[in-house]
Amino acid sequence: MTFDLSIITANADAIWNAFLVTIYTWLAGSVLGLIAGLLIAALMLFGGRPLQRLLRVFIELVRGTPFLVILFLVYYGGPSFGLRLGAITAGVVCIAGYSSVYFAEIFRSGFAAVPRGQLEAGECLGLGRLQLMWRVQLPQMLVLILPSIINMLTILCKETAVLSIITVPELTAVLTGIGTRTFTFIETLLVLCIAYLLLIEITSRAGRWLERRVGTYLQR
Amino acid sequence: MFDWPTFLFSLPLLGKALLITLQTSLLGNAIGFVIGTLIASMQLAKMPLLRRLGGSYIFIFRGVPLLVQLLVIYYLAPMFGLPNLPPMVAAIMALSLCSGAYIAEILRGGLLAIPSGQREAAHLLGMSRPAILLRVELPQAVQSTLPSLVNELVLLIKSSALVSVVGLADLTRVAQNLASSDYLFFQHYLVLAGIYCLINIPLTMFGRRLERHLERSLA
Repeated sequence: MTFDLSIITANADAIWNAFLVTIYTWLAGSVLGLIAGLLIAALMLFGGRPLQRLLRVFIELVRGTPFLVILFLVYYGGPSFGLRLGAITAGVVCIAGYSSVYFAEIFRSGFAAVPRGQLEAGECLGLGRLQLMWRVQLPQMLVLILPSIINMLTILCKETAVLSIITVPELTAVLTGIGTRTFTFIETLLVLCIAYLLLIEITSRAGRWLERRVGTYLQR
Repeated sequence: MFDWPTFLFSLPLLGKALLITLQTSLLGNAIGFVIGTLIASMQLAKMPLLRRLGGSYIFIFRGVPLLVQLLVIYYLAPMFGLPNLPPMVAAIMALSLCSGAYIAEILRGGLLAIPSGQREAAHLLGMSRPAILLRVELPQAVQSTLPSLVNELVLLIKSSALVSVVGLADLTRVAQNLASSDYLFFQHYLVLAGIYCLINIPLTMFGRRLERHLERSLA
């Protein structure tokens, strides 16, 4: 058993690119997922009964299915419907779709947490439904749901590792690839673990900092 | 569109694979519970070193993706001169180590919520520290965190799809093999998703009922 980090420096370029792919799939997927989640939550609030039922079923189905299976469905099953996506695009789409239902649930609980009295007051002032949502509910609930959103972001960061199974050239795929080619599992897997730990730690620290900043009015 | 004969042919195979999936995730959850109890009590211990250790365990096993943990266990064991782990053992090890960290966080909350008077009373009755944990604190912590524990089980069953990577013939792996033998990718993966939902959705609903029940009994 030897420990030689030169295998990492020799492949620094490839690893850096893989890191960028990880960041890209994670952030692009999360941002799209946040937007879709907000849309789903808003539709569930303002849409009619049938739409609500339909979205409920969609949410339960996505939540009951492993992320890997969703990836397989879209990436390998998609072409039977003419949906041919590249691996990276499929990864972003799946992360967005998978996270949208979780984000929708988070937003829904946030909407419910803003006191009704404020909505009634806004209505009396002549604000429309959309304005109420955008100007009264959203700013307040964002503070409340920030911890849940950061938590979801760290979960999604870890889910990007699964993308390696559908050949997305991200950190896990590239580093284990180097490992199997050169039989340097210890070095590559160590770097891999440290990379994820760093990403997760930075995210949760940034989240805590943000919570303190936006939550000052909640403290007495 | 949907090829029924293929579906009927695949059912017995998927049934066998379902048993493997359930076996790994339930065993993983059970061992994870033991690890979780241990880590949670370490975190609540008085000794700073124990607290540190418990905290680091949670930091590492919650910060590294389960897939990477699986790869580490599967690839690194032989590097350290250990015999090659059978896929089943590697899978259960990874699942229990990872779920242990999450269960520890859940149980810690439950343990913290128990009034300290109970511990003192048990202590005065002459119970030892482990006995207090196992017979006074843990039952109450489990009861109050049961919804979260059920939720964790659902997450674990979903994560168990990843063990297909180390070659264990679980649901996902068998569906993959079926799909690559007759190219009916969408159909097989749809059935696969359906089976996972059939397990997970009732479990989720059960968890929600427990939660409501708990809220009512506390109110």
